[in-house]
Amino acid sequence: MNEIRELYQEVILDHNKQPRNFRVMETPDSSLEGFNPLCGDHYTFYLKFDGDTISDVSFQGSGCAISKASASMMSSIIKGKSKAEAGHLFQLFLDIVTGKIDPMEHLDELDKLAAFAGVSEFPMRVKCATLPWHTLHGAIGGSTEASVSTEG
Amino acid sequence: MRKPILELTQSELLTADPVFDAQRVRKDFPILSSFVKQQPLVYLDNAATTQKPVHVIDAIRMYYSSQNSNVHRGVHYLSQLATEQYEAARETVREFLNAESTREIIFTRGTTEGINLLARSFGRNHLKPGDEVLISTIEHHSNIVPWQMICDEKGAILKVIPINDAGELLMDEFEKLLSERTKLVSVTHISNALGTVNPIRDIIRKAHTKNIPVLIDAAQSIQHVPIDVRELDCEFLVFSGHKLYGPTGIGVLYGKAEWLEILPPYQGGGDMILSVAFEKTTYNDLPYKFEAGTPNIAGAIGLAAAIDYFTALDMDALIAHEANLLTYATRRISTIPGLTLIGTAKQKASILSFTLCAVHPHDIGTILDQYGVAIRAGHHCAQPTMQRLGIPATARASFSFYNTKQDVDVLVNAVEHVLEVFG
Repeated sequence: MNEIRELYQEVILDHNKQPRNFRVMETPDSSLEGFNPLCGDHYTFYLKFDGDTISDVSFQGSGCAISKASASMMSSIIKGKSKAEAGHLFQLFLDIVTGKIDPMEHLDELDKLAAFAGVSEFPMRVKCATLPWHTLHGAIGGSTEASVSTEG
Repeated sequence: MRKPILELTQSELLTADPVFDAQRVRKDFPILSSFVKQQPLVYLDNAATTQKPVHVIDAIRMYYSSQNSNVHRGVHYLSQLATEQYEAARETVREFLNAESTREIIFTRGTTEGINLLARSFGRNHLKPGDEVLISTIEHHSNIVPWQMICDEKGAILKVIPINDAGELLMDEFEKLLSERTKLVSVTHISNALGTVNPIRDIIRKAHTKNIPVLIDAAQSIQHVPIDVRELDCEFLVFSGHKLYGPTGIGVLYGKAEWLEILPPYQGGGDMILSVAFEKTTYNDLPYKFEAGTPNIAGAIGLAAAIDYFTALDMDALIAHEANLLTYATRRISTIPGLTLIGTAKQKASILSFTLCAVHPHDIGTILDQYGVAIRAGHHCAQPTMQRLGIPATARASFSFYNTKQDVDVLVNAVEHVLEVFG
């Protein structure tokens, strides 16, 4: 059962129970929906920019513990980052949860995101963890008022 | 006539319960003795697909090892053998459903293709603008989307029988929805998401008072309840082989001959023709008119083996065993704090859908998997059902005759562990 504890680490359970930045933003510069039609995970992300910097981020919606904790931790970590830095974290996160790189070598950059390394043992759950990041990637890539789906 | 087993009360069931030896039949299913994550497999995803007995596996192996050939074509020995086996499979299905003739048994890829076939063929000649097709709230997407597609094309209207909070059809509303505009009623026998057993006899009878044909989706009932199409008197019925302990990629559309004769073909190609000229093609007779191309021969043979296996079981004992299992599981799982049963119809079969306080069904499914327990988590291809009940998804355990009370105990223990993980 150790794999389960690796997946559902305390920090993930905490963010699932008490998601940070979990609110609707009244006047966002960008908002984007992330939706996984297969499992029903469904979030809307709101972003505010100050020049190239992500000055505020929030989200609303529902889904499994992995997707919600991922959205919450992403929102915390990208606030104040530049679009390029957020894009770099997106790629790093994808590589960690698909087991392509060793999280131990990137602990400084990853910070709490390292908790998602356990997801790589659960291929069926990778898309839960990456849904918020794919949505963010769409939002900083210039799409607005569109939606991102991790299926198809 | 004997009271249908599904309508017996619990005390009647217990007294009528001949012993079903689940441990003995489990030995017929090689996969059931396998291990998942170092735990003995507890397979409770039977509504998605059932496991295959060695009889089915052997029949398919034997076909490909010593009988493989194309059907209805060659004059050589193997082709004749394959044709005989394929047509014998059709006869096995006919007898199983108690259809009048093998002309009424169309082999398809499965339930989904059966419904698509009927929607296309029926829709082409029998639906015009303003006509209505009537389905229910608790249909699988496969009994919704094909009708939406053909209704859109023909300007017809899809109407939906509502349900109550327990997941039962509102029969008064059903009667009100039947009108001279209704051209077809298409309902599921048993809901795949909730386990509700629909009163199909009543539905068929009421539709017939207005001369409306009825399609029964038997995908979730064929493996749990004896089906007699002549007794039911439905015009059409569909099911999938893989939910009846047979292989994937094979299914059946039953249709009354008088209907199949007047419906146009679904797909064109080989086998469905008598003669082809560029000026005009003459279609083949039933059932071949609806079977274009080389069929799934091994699938049909595997399905026949599954039916032979299934019908050799003591059906009364099997039904009583499955009903007792559901009762036991319902009672045990209801004691778990924070657990809500979804679908509490008075008539239910073999499906236990539930939610667990704030834990998403996918998290439940992942944790149960660590215990070797296979369940389904999600919307079960029944999003309108979920929307009606105001939930995004459920966790679903679904039972077969090879499941035991011990399987239920492992399930309950694993669900309790989910609560420990999520505090």
